[in-house]
Amino acid sequence: MDFRSSEPVAGPRLEDALPATAAAAVKVVIVGGFGVGKTTLVGSVSEIRPLTTEETMTQAGVGVDDTAGVERKTSTTVAMDFGRISINEELVLYLFGTPGQQRFWFLWRGLFEGALGAVVLVDTRRLEVSFDVIGRLEERGVPFVVAVNSFPDAPEHSLEELREALDLPGSVPLVVCDARRRDSSRDVLMTLMRYLHSLAVTPEAS
Amino acid sequence: MSDPGHEAGGVSGGPGSHDWEDTSPERLYVITGGRSGSLGATPIDLVTLIVAASGAKPGMQPEHAAIVRMCEAPLSVAEISAYLALPVSVVTVLVGDLLTAGHVLARAPVAPAQLPDLALIEAVIDGLQKL
Repeated sequence: MDFRSSEPVAGPRLEDALPATAAAAVKVVIVGGFGVGKTTLVGSVSEIRPLTTEETMTQAGVGVDDTAGVERKTSTTVAMDFGRISINEELVLYLFGTPGQQRFWFLWRGLFEGALGAVVLVDTRRLEVSFDVIGRLEERGVPFVVAVNSFPDAPEHSLEELREALDLPGSVPLVVCDARRRDSSRDVLMTLMRYLHSLAVTPEAS
Repeated sequence: MSDPGHEAGGVSGGPGSHDWEDTSPERLYVITGGRSGSLGATPIDLVTLIVAASGAKPGMQPEHAAIVRMCEAPLSVAEISAYLALPVSVVTVLVGDLLTAGHVLARAPVAPAQLPDLALIEAVIDGLQKL
């Protein structure tokens, strides 16, 4: 914050620059409750260290989040961590991790518009957080898959039990992952992409 | 610099000498000239890639110049927002100015109308497999 002069020093490190050929970008949203591992998942597959962007929510968000210590009554700042994967020389995939326990992220203009789809990251110790998230994605017609982040001390559930508890339609993929592991997080994204592929081939399946 | 009341003595009477909180509404209002949202013809998304069309010009607003400088290689609006520590809505306004002035170009995001294009999904799957 010492560079508030006419020469702000800001921008990506050289190694974080995209190739000049990068022509288009797509986004996937990772949603889930606080502490479920969204940023961990984003960080494990991202080619850049996760960055944080924020938006100031006004009006509709007022009064919803009483616990954040918001000093201004008309606005609330919502932060979102994101990462990036260069798919090829032209195409870039961005992963946005959003705080699922808040309602604000659905108000975040442009977050879900144009998103390929979403990953709902679930902690079996706090399943209830996911109900709201899943319901809202369904309402908005955002295609999603559900990934259970396996925590060592989490109770063991079969996927069938979890599917029932989450009231998930049989068509929605449900997988277990370890968000700390790059290959596991990558597989979650693959699950979403294969699901999107199946929807694109047979649109009526959605 | 830890003294909240005074900037370094050499800076004389500049408008930047207010000790505003970075994201205070006042500061954001000044940066955007009180505008909000994207008014330009090009819709700007979080993942719209922005590329500088020319170098930063003397006399540019500092935030404009910073964007032009960091967009020498393509950069998404979300990344610009993160590096500038400014809200996306503010960056959207600033990028809109630069687009209108022709200082930057936008590479529009791939926005699937209903369901994403098969070829696009296959490209992403291919890319992920190489991770």
